[in-house]
Amino acid sequence: MKFIKQSGLIIFLLGLFLFIGTIFTGSFKLSQTDLDTFLEEQNYKSTVIKGALEKAVVTSDDLNIFEFSTSVRKAYESSNNHYDALIQKYNKEKNWTKKGAQYQYKISGKPHSLSFKLAQKAGKGLAAENTGFMWLLTFGLGIIGALLYIVPDVVLLGKPGIKNDGVFLHAATNRGWIGWFAFVFLVTFYILLYFYPDFIVNWVFLVDPISQFTSGNPASQWFLYGFLYCTVMSVMAVRMYIKYRHSKYQILRTTSVLFFQIVFAFLIPEILVRFEKPWYDFKNAFPLDYDFFFKWNLEELLASGGFGLFILVWGVVLTVVVVPVMVYFFGKRWYCSWVCGCGGLAETLGDPYRQLSSKTLLSWKFERIVIHSVLIFVMVMTGFALYTFFSGASQVIGIKTQTIQDIYGFLIGSIFAGVIGTGFYPIFGNRVWCRFGCPLAAYLGFIQRFKSKFRITTNGGQCISCGNCSTYCEQGIDVRAYAQKGENIVRSSCVGCGVCSEVCPRGVLKLENGPEDGRINPTEVLLGNDVELMDLVNKK
Amino acid sequence: MEHIVIIGNGISGVTAARHIRKNSDKKITIISAESKYFFSRTALMYVYMGHMKFKHTQPYEDWFWEKNNIQLKQGFVNHIDTSKKQLAFTNGEILSFDKLIIATGSKPNKFGWPGQDLEGVIGMYHKQDLENLEKYAPDNTACNRAVIVGGGLIGIELAEMLRSRKIPVTFLVREDSFWNGVLPAQESAMINNHIKEHHIDLRLSTNLKEIKSDKNGRVKSIIIEETGEELACNIVGLTAGVTPNINFLKESGIALGKGVKVNRFLETNIKDIYAIGDCAEQHEAIGQRRNIEAVWYTGRMMGETLAQTICNNKIEYKPGHWFNSAKFLDIEYQTYGWVFSEKGRQENEAYFQWKHPKDKKCITISFDKHTQQFLGINTFGIRMRHEIFDKWLTENQTIAHVLEYLADANFDPEFYKLHEPEIVAKFNQENNTNILPKKKSWKRIFSKAL
Repeated sequence: MKFIKQSGLIIFLLGLFLFIGTIFTGSFKLSQTDLDTFLEEQNYKSTVIKGALEKAVVTSDDLNIFEFSTSVRKAYESSNNHYDALIQKYNKEKNWTKKGAQYQYKISGKPHSLSFKLAQKAGKGLAAENTGFMWLLTFGLGIIGALLYIVPDVVLLGKPGIKNDGVFLHAATNRGWIGWFAFVFLVTFYILLYFYPDFIVNWVFLVDPISQFTSGNPASQWFLYGFLYCTVMSVMAVRMYIKYRHSKYQILRTTSVLFFQIVFAFLIPEILVRFEKPWYDFKNAFPLDYDFFFKWNLEELLASGGFGLFILVWGVVLTVVVVPVMVYFFGKRWYCSWVCGCGGLAETLGDPYRQLSSKTLLSWKFERIVIHSVLIFVMVMTGFALYTFFSGASQVIGIKTQTIQDIYGFLIGSIFAGVIGTGFYPIFGNRVWCRFGCPLAAYLGFIQRFKSKFRITTNGGQCISCGNCSTYCEQGIDVRAYAQKGENIVRSSCVGCGVCSEVCPRGVLKLENGPEDGRINPTEVLLGNDVELMDLVNKK
Repeated sequence: MEHIVIIGNGISGVTAARHIRKNSDKKITIISAESKYFFSRTALMYVYMGHMKFKHTQPYEDWFWEKNNIQLKQGFVNHIDTSKKQLAFTNGEILSFDKLIIATGSKPNKFGWPGQDLEGVIGMYHKQDLENLEKYAPDNTACNRAVIVGGGLIGIELAEMLRSRKIPVTFLVREDSFWNGVLPAQESAMINNHIKEHHIDLRLSTNLKEIKSDKNGRVKSIIIEETGEELACNIVGLTAGVTPNINFLKESGIALGKGVKVNRFLETNIKDIYAIGDCAEQHEAIGQRRNIEAVWYTGRMMGETLAQTICNNKIEYKPGHWFNSAKFLDIEYQTYGWVFSEKGRQENEAYFQWKHPKDKKCITISFDKHTQQFLGINTFGIRMRHEIFDKWLTENQTIAHVLEYLADANFDPEFYKLHEPEIVAKFNQENNTNILPKKKSWKRIFSKAL
């Protein structure tokens, strides 16, 4: 068994190595006809871009992706520079008509995204041409290796029960060198995904046939991300099933997040696109889905007929009715650890890191400031977006709606939710985004704290203050602080993963949805101590 | 301002300090030689097993003490001058008090075995024991075998700890079945099996004769009393119970028995000196409890109670209905009320028992066979609600009532398989009764007995 496990690790690492190596393979160049077709599709007005791009990519050299990207970005830059110079010139000459006419020739878009589009057409080599074979060597080996590493635990972990032996003695789960390596890998991955998609175009090639099969379109980096997300979650869900095989709550919860990720976040949106409907994830509620009320999205939905209108109504109902009502009955866990994709990744890939979240009072203070700031930010931005949509004005009180949207998308949507939110799993625990950043979690948290039936019940006087519950709380809640006082845990940040209850050696904690009355129960003296004394101090 | 000095920063001393602080602005000093900050002794095992770091065993952050104006003093008290109201430390320092709380806890029993003080012989009680364990048994190459002597709760925990690092363990238990002075035979037998499932070499009805030393004064092997067999080992864990840690009080004039003698107000024979927790010995047993109770929650309750007395609200220590819990490797155990083993039960006490055909789950309900009154329950692998059983015990309910409403008392996580119907069916069959188990009712669960 140990041998299988170790072989699995080697196969997985080989797959990972080849996956990373794939980035550097292939050669990129375009034929004249391909470029012409591309330019026709893009319909640029610039008269100089054609020449610039021809010089850059119609070449006999074998460019790798980095050289290719540099050339393409330079070509676009030179075109834009050309018109910027004209603008300057006419500005000096005070020739406003001619100056104004130049703007239409400028090409907008992020340079790396422009380069990504061309690279998709220009790629040759292993990933682009031997896609199936390379998929097996990268994804295939990775999946097989990981499963071979995970599945022997059925035997190796021994009898069902809590298996946390050695968690704080291992370099992967205790911020050791493996943890730091994983951190660097994840952060780099997210930076490439969000800001340098052209550099990972070879990875996109690997999933192209799958995208063609589901939506009928070539894969984008977002399809790659979605596919990778589902794959990682599925493999790590197997680990969850084995680790928590004594707990039906954990098994059902894991199945639920996996189902919602694969079906709702991945398959349904792709199939919608195949039927020429807008891409939409039916479970992704505003304000986590922060661009739902952006002008472009509303316009797209309104332009998509009855179905678009249905999505629009559903999106509003989801946030305004479904979410709060469900939180009232079940706590925010129904969303955060049974449905949500971010939660899904945190509870599968992130589970080995849950013990790394900080439990200090300082981090709780920090958490409340940051998460509520994000909520305010998203609400203000949405206000701007709706004003822009209804009034048509692109500015509100002198601030451009687009600018605010760009800042949010960059700071919160990309950096916080992606790079920090997932990249920092191995250092700050698996719910960094959910705990410090997610505006939907903040909204759900208010309801959970003030109007919900959900609580974690503390079982009388059985607590021995051991601290397993606090240690394994991914949200950094000091569960023990409540349990040892005999108080129920009612905290806005609790996502109801149920692990505190699992790891408790004395059966002290139970997640339940009971009557609101007596849900929050501050006690002075715990159950077990004489009744009159309890009367005296609890009812004074 | 009155100065309250507490010797010992375990759960009793710290609880007393916290509650005194809540109710007064008296000066409070807590003294400990073991560690500056309060930690949960029960969690030491998880540090060795790698479930936690030592830091995680500390229920309060380091700033807590200063913020609440509780002084922490590190030092070892070796003499108390009760007339001058002064403590003397081993380093010669003197500290005056107005009121003194002795909360020094326990120390592991040693029964005069030859070799019991050799290097590599450890208890599993103090922070220092954990450090010694890391030193002598860091892994299974440095430690090829460990021998544990004493089959109680600490013994099985130490075995679990060592097994987490794959160290072979031989577990010597004096009784003919694990902990059967406390547990009914059915449950004791289930734990025996479970211990063996974890590849622990369990030796029942086996006593230690002596511990042998190598030429450097380190443990080399042990000899078994009954067979004379010699077992090579690198460490020996002595876990045959604990006794109050009160040696330093022998000359003080404070009345001592096995522990510090206290009345129901936790007062010693000397005014303004109190004792709480493991080291306190009641003059007379409270109910069916023992005079000395080395249990986490009784320490906490004594701290809560004494704090009231010290803050001018004089209150008797009145522990309510007995309850406790433990975990035997993977099996959780809870008990509410009194269930005595076959060895210890009275003539009127009868059992109703149920055991899951496959899983490691079972229950024993003890009841009065004349009056049918419910006396207590042991559950293994099933969690129960403390509040409900506390209420039923106060109401002197019958076993029939308990079984009828058993679903209210279940505390297992959601979606777990529940066994009330099987349990009740078995009782009905054995007793020719016709109890219909009621569905769980939130209303009943939260209508408090108070």
